[in-house]
Amino acid sequence: MVPTHYYLILSAILFGLGVVAFVFKRNVITIFMSIELMLNAVNLAFVAFSQAFGKLDGQVFVLFVIVVAAAEAAVGLGIIILIARNRQSLNVERVNLLKL
Amino acid sequence: MTAQLIIFFVLAGLAVIGALSLIFQRHPIHSALSLIVVMVALAGLYLLLGAEFVAAVQIIVYAGAIMVLFVLVIMLLNAGVEERTNFSKLAATAGIPLAVALTAFLAATIAKSGPVTTGVRPGSVASTQGLATMLFREFVYPFELTSFLILVAILGALVLAQREKRS
Amino acid sequence: MLLLHALWVIPALPLLGAAVNGLFGRKWPNNIVSAVGVGSTGLSFLASLEIMREFRRLPAEQIPWMRQYFTWITAGNFRAGFDLQVDQLTIVMLMVVTGVGWLIHIYSTGYMAHEGGYYRFFSYLNLFMFFMLILVMAANYVLLFVGWEGVGLSSYLLIGFYFLRKSAADAGKKAFIVNRIGDFGFMLGMFLLFRTFGSLDFGPVFAKAKDLPPDAMGQFGVLTIASLLLFMGATGKSAQLPLYVWLPDAMEGPTPVSALIHAATMVTAGVYVVARSHVLFTHAPTAMLVVAVVGCATAFFAATIGLMQTDIKRVLAYSTVSQLGYMFLACGVGAFSAGIFHLMTHAFFKALLFLAAGSVIHAMNGEQDMRRMGGLAGKIKWTYITMLVATLAIAGAPGFAGFFSKDAILFSAYQSETGGHILYAFGLFTALLTSFYMFRLIFLTFHGERRYDGRRVHAHESPSNMLVPLVILAALSIVGGWFAAPSFLPGGTDYFARFLGPVFGGAEGTGGEAAAHSLEITLAGVAVATALGGFFVALWLYIQKPDKPESLAKSLRGAYTTLLNKYYVDELYAAVVVNPLVWLSRKVLWQGVDVAGIDGAVNGIAESATAFGDRLRRTQSGNTRSYAVWVVIGALAIIVILFWPLIRPGAGGLR
Repeated sequence: MVPTHYYLILSAILFGLGVVAFVFKRNVITIFMSIELMLNAVNLAFVAFSQAFGKLDGQVFVLFVIVVAAAEAAVGLGIIILIARNRQSLNVERVNLLKL
Repeated sequence: MTAQLIIFFVLAGLAVIGALSLIFQRHPIHSALSLIVVMVALAGLYLLLGAEFVAAVQIIVYAGAIMVLFVLVIMLLNAGVEERTNFSKLAATAGIPLAVALTAFLAATIAKSGPVTTGVRPGSVASTQGLATMLFREFVYPFELTSFLILVAILGALVLAQREKRS
Repeated sequence: MLLLHALWVIPALPLLGAAVNGLFGRKWPNNIVSAVGVGSTGLSFLASLEIMREFRRLPAEQIPWMRQYFTWITAGNFRAGFDLQVDQLTIVMLMVVTGVGWLIHIYSTGYMAHEGGYYRFFSYLNLFMFFMLILVMAANYVLLFVGWEGVGLSSYLLIGFYFLRKSAADAGKKAFIVNRIGDFGFMLGMFLLFRTFGSLDFGPVFAKAKDLPPDAMGQFGVLTIASLLLFMGATGKSAQLPLYVWLPDAMEGPTPVSALIHAATMVTAGVYVVARSHVLFTHAPTAMLVVAVVGCATAFFAATIGLMQTDIKRVLAYSTVSQLGYMFLACGVGAFSAGIFHLMTHAFFKALLFLAAGSVIHAMNGEQDMRRMGGLAGKIKWTYITMLVATLAIAGAPGFAGFFSKDAILFSAYQSETGGHILYAFGLFTALLTSFYMFRLIFLTFHGERRYDGRRVHAHESPSNMLVPLVILAALSIVGGWFAAPSFLPGGTDYFARFLGPVFGGAEGTGGEAAAHSLEITLAGVAVATALGGFFVALWLYIQKPDKPESLAKSLRGAYTTLLNKYYVDELYAAVVVNPLVWLSRKVLWQGVDVAGIDGAVNGIAESATAFGDRLRRTQSGNTRSYAVWVVIGALAIIVILFWPLIRPGAGGLR
């Protein structure tokens, strides 16, 4: 039996790496993918707890998260396409019309 | 060292390597593929936790549909190697410390907690039937709402992707 | 018994006159304004006569007669009411104030006839009468102080009547401010009295004070300190050392104002207060000595300055300061009724002197410098005669009013146990100086060569509404002293002192025995001799040898310039008091506290808000990656807040 801690610590590490990617990458799509990574880390934590407590609620929640992630990915990528069309660049730092 | 532990560490290592690869690759397509690796590793971990349905959904939907969409868009937009701009001073200075702090905090919380006492045999928990029952009983309301959500997402995506009207 | 119940009528009449003239008089012709102004004062005078008549018929137990009209202040144990009282002293003051006041109102109708602001003048004059009457009729210190402040206000308004002239406006301010310094002492005295006696009504305070043991000489007990503080107020109001400096400048006001306020009535308020509070003063020998010394010193000091002045009104102003000194000297040696007697006679002849001077100025088309007068005796006969009568009175010519009153003062001073002979010597020398400078005034103004341009100034006599009051006052200057005349005849008594006897009780220091009687006659003779001496010196210097004054001035250059510049007192005050205060006000309070401190604080808050906003603005950089960092910071904050109790040292984490 793998102790639940291990899963949770792995989840925390993945989440942290997702945050690093979120802050440091410049490509819009890559940033979006880092968000997906963070969501996955959270899903892992949910399933780990679901197994630890012996209830299924965690897994149901994971299903919902996946659905929402799908919807979000669809709309988000649509927006990214528009950005790419408008600014002719996928560098998030070029999307700066509100700059001082 | 039981077999389960070994499998866990292998899959965990794979996931972490995939995540690191996502960070350090310069071309977005490589990052996308790394993410797929992470997802597959996580699916394996779900199996290890006894959540077969979730593992399946993870592969089919997440890795199979969402990531495919990502790859499609990357190729559509002809994303190239990432530029090396650095306009944000804040990100440069505070980025790593923040991430480290976050992770450390979570890890500390986890480390301080006692073990989970209600241990259950793996494999006796999840069943697709159980999930389905829960989904249509306790969680029927959110379930219906997600269908709305998907509808809205479809409409949104349609609107966003339209070409300009020619008038 | 009617009017005694309605004492309030006496002050109310002038108040009504002031209000009517002030509110409506702007559009009225001079006759109506005069009718209201003179009429209200005249009615007040008639009412005072009636009060005196009714008063004579009161039995002794009902004196002082007091009426409480309404309660003005109640606070805890303290009560101050609008209470008016009448006793013998009040009667004397009422007669002087309303009588002389009325005559001056009549005079003003002629003097101010061609001035702008006629209605304003009479309104202020009536307002002054109201406050002065409140002052003399008050039955407690608080109401007295109301009158005290009110006459100060009226004085300010009237001194600065020609407010478009800077010197007049400045003089008004100076008067008010210097008075205020004295008032500070007066208020402290009132506080002390309240704390000691629990009340500020005359009746209770004096009854309790009478039973207290008197302070010893040199001991600064409560009564001594209270008396000294009250005297400080009197110093300001009655222009004694060191707060006399406002009175000469007050001559900027119209001459009737100088006559009424700065000769006959307001400046006597200090003497009145000391006399009224005689119970307190007689229990405080130190305070009495201070009063006597200050009075004597002021009398001498002012007389020396008056010797050199060239403006006719300034001579009279310093003369007033000097004569007030005599009154305080009298009070200081315990001869309160002598002091009040001199107050009354002084009112007559000083008012007359000022009004006659006004008549001279009017004749000379506004000229006030005596060096540009001369030879007017023939041209303005009535003015000359009345002014001469007043001069004889002030110099102390036998038979005239001033002789009796000044004599009584010098006699009492001589008999005083505390340095009486020194006080007498200074008082006598001052009488010499008084006689000298008054006759100098007469000779320079009315005799000698004509020192003005006869073609441009046609000296003409004043109209009758100005002359009649002069004549009446001249008559009073002669007759007014005869109340005390019988004391010179063996076996006779001083009617005036007898009348005021019940007020001052056993406080009087002078007796009437035979031995003292012959001393009195001797001293009177000495006084007359000195007066004659002054007359002859003036005659010699200004009639017989008119060039002598100039050569004397040259040879005694130092003394001459010091006296001419009034001992540089104004300059001294300016350097020591005024300029430091102005500097403090400007540099410290204005620029330091207000501009730098308060404005700085307020503006500083605004500026810090702006600066803070400016810094905060930089978070909206438009840079997405910075926003991403902020998101992470926010998430971290929430996680810390939620999880901190779980990972504190000693906590057990989850579950």
